[in-house]
Amino acid sequence: MKTVIIKYNAGNVQSVMYALDRIGASYLYTDDEAEIRSADKVIFPGVGEASTTMSYLRNVGLDKVIPSLKQPVFGTCVGMQLMCRFSEENNTECMGIFDVDVKRFPASPGLKVPHMGWNNISGYQSPLTAGLPDNAYVYFVHSYAAPVCEYTVASCDYVLPFSAMLHKDNFYAAQFHCEISGNAGQQILENFLKL
Amino acid sequence: MLTKRIIPCLDVKDGRTVKGVNFVNLRDAGDAVELGAMYAAHGADELVYLDITATVDGRSTFIDLVRRVAQTINIPFTVGGGISSIADVSALLHAGADKVSINSAAVRNPDLINELSLEFGSQCIVVAIDTRYIETDNGLEHIVHTHGGRKATEIRSIPWAKEVEERGAGEILLTSMDTDGTKNGFALELTATISGNANIPVIASGGAGNMAHFYDVFTAGKADAGLAASIFHFREIDIPDLKEYLKNKDLPIRMTR
Repeated sequence: MKTVIIKYNAGNVQSVMYALDRIGASYLYTDDEAEIRSADKVIFPGVGEASTTMSYLRNVGLDKVIPSLKQPVFGTCVGMQLMCRFSEENNTECMGIFDVDVKRFPASPGLKVPHMGWNNISGYQSPLTAGLPDNAYVYFVHSYAAPVCEYTVASCDYVLPFSAMLHKDNFYAAQFHCEISGNAGQQILENFLKL
Repeated sequence: MLTKRIIPCLDVKDGRTVKGVNFVNLRDAGDAVELGAMYAAHGADELVYLDITATVDGRSTFIDLVRRVAQTINIPFTVGGGISSIADVSALLHAGADKVSINSAAVRNPDLINELSLEFGSQCIVVAIDTRYIETDNGLEHIVHTHGGRKATEIRSIPWAKEVEERGAGEILLTSMDTDGTKNGFALELTATISGNANIPVIASGGAGNMAHFYDVFTAGKADAGLAASIFHFREIDIPDLKEYLKNKDLPIRMTR
């Protein structure tokens, strides 16, 4: 099986690679369109800011490649947000795979933004959550989130309920960091690679 | 619900943990990777590795250690100690650290906080504040200290905490040098003031001696996370017991057993 991690100006993706190493999966880290198109599984990680990342993707044409992929694609964190329609982070037009807008967490007394730490997810409707305990805890670091929508397949609660995971056709996404979310995160990555 | 985090801190010198560690079931208690993996398996929510090596050789050993930790454990970890430049941070993040903690360098050059958060994102920049309540020209005040808490600055800790947030820190690691090592509990009032002012998470450190101290720092102290070293290393508190205790007192805690 050929797994590709999409290379772009995302921040540090080293821990994603180590997480795949731990489950014994081999992968290619590349931005080459032919390599991406011929992969069995594609991981689109993300650490960073929406507008600079999106303009980078446009410059190299990945903004057209990613939505046209037919194999299972898994976007995480900012990767997930860029797969949505629009992000309030510097008012960024994104790839529009999921027809939902990413919004900043509203200011709320006693609730800090970013939402940082372990929170539980529920309402599983995804093959990626197979075998997970109810209310599994996963690790989040983000200030923007997609509200619960028709593509939500797991949700989380912080200030408001929001989409922890999205799914549409061959596109899967998680707002949290599977690679550092303990055994739950590892299970989700394994489930994706088994699709 | 977002949970309160329990964070063991490991001091590392030349790639090995230095505080006497008393775990009979470990093959090598000085092995910082093995110890971290054990804490992760016991339900630690994050780890902090502090490099207390002073030499250049020790530095590269530490980066090698960071790489091995990242390869091994599947929870987030922060690294700190002697970080003073974008290049230092870049090397540690590329080795696989999730966050870096800066202290003296931020005091010397506060712009470094802005530069690092722009370059790498706020989420991975932790500013450590070592504070001590001392006599000043204006009476007793909480004052920022550097050099492991030995050297007083002229900076007042409470406004400094707000400033580091405004400059782009993603988290504050607050150590009270007054309570550190006493085992009499965290500095609740100061932690509550700083955490109450902050819109970023505050990790409380210094003074944990029993499980009730963690309950206090999460409630009265308003902390988002509690950090301790020796009480975990010497097994005076086992993390699974601590989390069970806090959970039974209705705090939001990530249970792993």
